[in-house]
Amino acid sequence: MNETVMNEKKAVSEKAISAEEKSARLLLKIRGLRIEGRVDDSWLEIVHGVDLDLRRGEVLGLIGESGAGKSTIGLAAMGFTRDGCRISGGTIEFDGMELTSSPEEDLRMLRGARIAYVAQSAAASFNPAHRLIDQHTAAPVQHKIKTRRESEEDAMELYRRLRLPNPGEIGFRYPHQVSGGQLQRAMTAMAMSCRPDLIIFDEPTTALDVTTQIEVLAAIRDIVDQFDTAALYITHDLAVVAQMADRIKVLLKGDEVEEADTRSMLEAPREEYTRSLWAVRSFQRHQKPVPPADETPVIEVRNVSAAYGPVLVLDDVSFSIHRGRTVAVVGESGSGKSTAARCITGLLPPLSGEVLYNGTPLARHFRDRSKDQLRQAQMIYQMADTALNPKKRIGEIIGRPVSFYGGLRGAELKKRVDELLDQIELEPSQYYHRYPSELSGGQKQRVGIARALAAEPEFIICDEVTSALDQIVAEGILKLLDRLQNDLDLAYMFITHDLATVRAIADHVVVMKEGKVVEAGPKEDMFRPPHHAYTDLLLSSVPEMDPDWLDDLLAKRGVDNIGEAAQQKSAL
Amino acid sequence: MIGIIKLVAKRLGFGLVTLFIVSLIIFWAVEALPGNLAEQVLGQAATPETVEALSKEMGLDRPAFVRYIDWLSSALQGDFGSSLANKRSVSEQLEPRFFNTMFLAGLAAAMSIPISIILGVLAALWRDSIFDRGANVVTLTSISSPEFFLGYILILFLAVQNPIFPSISNVSEGMTLGERTFATMLPAITLTLVVIAHMMRMTRAAIIALLASPYIEMARLKGEPRWKIIVVHALPNALAPVINVVALNLAYLITGVVLVEIVFVYPGVGQLLVDSVQKRDFPVVQACCLIFAATYILLNLLADVGAILSNPRLRHPK
Repeated sequence: MNETVMNEKKAVSEKAISAEEKSARLLLKIRGLRIEGRVDDSWLEIVHGVDLDLRRGEVLGLIGESGAGKSTIGLAAMGFTRDGCRISGGTIEFDGMELTSSPEEDLRMLRGARIAYVAQSAAASFNPAHRLIDQHTAAPVQHKIKTRRESEEDAMELYRRLRLPNPGEIGFRYPHQVSGGQLQRAMTAMAMSCRPDLIIFDEPTTALDVTTQIEVLAAIRDIVDQFDTAALYITHDLAVVAQMADRIKVLLKGDEVEEADTRSMLEAPREEYTRSLWAVRSFQRHQKPVPPADETPVIEVRNVSAAYGPVLVLDDVSFSIHRGRTVAVVGESGSGKSTAARCITGLLPPLSGEVLYNGTPLARHFRDRSKDQLRQAQMIYQMADTALNPKKRIGEIIGRPVSFYGGLRGAELKKRVDELLDQIELEPSQYYHRYPSELSGGQKQRVGIARALAAEPEFIICDEVTSALDQIVAEGILKLLDRLQNDLDLAYMFITHDLATVRAIADHVVVMKEGKVVEAGPKEDMFRPPHHAYTDLLLSSVPEMDPDWLDDLLAKRGVDNIGEAAQQKSAL
Repeated sequence: MIGIIKLVAKRLGFGLVTLFIVSLIIFWAVEALPGNLAEQVLGQAATPETVEALSKEMGLDRPAFVRYIDWLSSALQGDFGSSLANKRSVSEQLEPRFFNTMFLAGLAAAMSIPISIILGVLAALWRDSIFDRGANVVTLTSISSPEFFLGYILILFLAVQNPIFPSISNVSEGMTLGERTFATMLPAITLTLVVIAHMMRMTRAAIIALLASPYIEMARLKGEPRWKIIVVHALPNALAPVINVVALNLAYLITGVVLVEIVFVYPGVGQLLVDSVQKRDFPVVQACCLIFAATYILLNLLADVGAILSNPRLRHPK
């Protein structure tokens, strides 16, 4: 936005008296911030002296991988640390007030009123026991900024500005009655309820689907502009931060890497680490030739329909997966991707249709399948954290399918597990006796892969295996899966909502929406127009690194043609 | 709403099935006693002639199955037969005593539920403080002491050394509510002390388990004061486990009163049960057991329904 427009907006705002003077002043000034976290009985430093400046009306993007300390710094800007953390050094000055030495009661008066917070998962951050409006009005009433009635009316106005459907009524619903994207916007409205000077956005769109994300991004940017609010925008997604921030600060393991305004940061990153962040999306495997038409696929899903109770979640779905090939199944949450996988593995018996393995139909329920049939289809899960038994050592976790399916015991078993650990590039002598909690996220996912390989399957279902991982780590996992596929001639079904991942690893793409396959074909065709309207919507909703991308897209499509509205249109 | 009615109806059905099974157990447990029931009743006075006469009178010559159906169907109509000891109708004897027991349990509940929930909330609010630890120690001490021991201690302090309350809870018909409450105070306090620990600790634990959730963090970041975070944001979501433990303790209040009623010579169902066991008055024993079981099942049913209703997803479907 250009200077003059900003100044005009200021002039009409309530803070018009000394707008010029105020905008020149720093709103938030952090110097040498150090934060420690408690590990068992000692304190470990997790933020090592970070400086940060934020002027009124400015949006600063904080970017880095998990463990970079982004959220910790964001919360510290409110004078808040999570339980088990403490600020051990440095100063945090908000509008002339030193937060590190302020009593808790003063900080409480500040929170919600002058600094507000928008959390990553609105679904988890709204209290399930209260209506949205009750939670919206809590802060203004608590801080005596508005009466309950005024705040309710204001909420409806904010809902309208954030383009929520039925702004007059939606606030009177409970959180579970509102969709994820709408909740995220309602949370932004809630943060605005006291017209704060500063809002901390902590990964506000990470938990959303791409088509919903774009709608929330547009709404957030709009409202931050309208009220000239300063913001810290925390994310790990470069393309998102490029749309939202005036300046970007890159963090790595609690240290600042570099800071610059958005355009120069994108065009000419100075540091090696920043360049590596920019480069992750570059891994791309060549698409393998389409298998001959008469080849029997390893897995064929034929006209499968399935339901949970009375709700039909899969409707006449067909696709097949060939030896040595990767089929990416893409779609948003609720599109039936994972349900298709459950039907293949026999966890959810389909209502109709059949699943064929090498040309022979499989029993509908996994209990009726032979041990060898079960062995042939293995799964790798999204959350390696919860998919590995925390009480078992890595050697036992991988050894179990080896002895269960292969019948190996003793020294032979150990030898096979060592081989598998070698295959996933973890040193056997170092990792065999460790517990999952002693491994990083990427290493845990590798163990998950080894466990699937241990059964010596022909076919592996990868359910969002990289979506919980940082981009650099995720790329390592994709490369590993690719190498294993070439070595062992595996067939993969790759469930994902991330089109960058599809571009990287798929041979064939199946696009699903509301339980139906809307489009399917070789990867190269799928990324080349013309598309099915829904595929087009998905593809065009993936943010790009260009800072003008969101503006261009909004100009092209119009604000009413993004997000849920567009989804409904593409369904017609 | 239809969903909730369905759920409640289902639980009610389960409750009835459980009650039926319990009635079977009660009836056949007496039946399984060695020898003839008439012999048991007569004890030393059992001669072949008296046994035969009594068997005939009690209808023991009919097959057990027929007698069970007979017993159950009359019980369903409120008729539990007549006492062997004094030939009076069991229901007639039970009725005032059942009322007394319910009154005692109700009084204990009216004291213990608010106290334990408030204590639990405060303990969660001031977690790891002196108050939290103190409340923990006191309630644990009271729950680990046997009821009769607690009862005698209370009699010692509140009736003998400081004569505030009567040591014998003599209630009779025609007493006013105030008099009745006063007379029942000591047993009610004893019961309160016994049940408070469970409920308080469950309230505290359920609230603390929620304090790490994102919506609690959100409330803190909105600048809401601590008490509001606990009472408004955590407590409503902690209700389901609290309701369950409250119901279990209420059931205990009603069925676990036997010892307390004996200590305070309180004319309730528990005392009647003990007397009847001594006198081998089986119809009365069976009736008492069936009533206890029904109360237990009913309270658990109410807890289930309460827990279901505390979930906003069920109260307000999409």
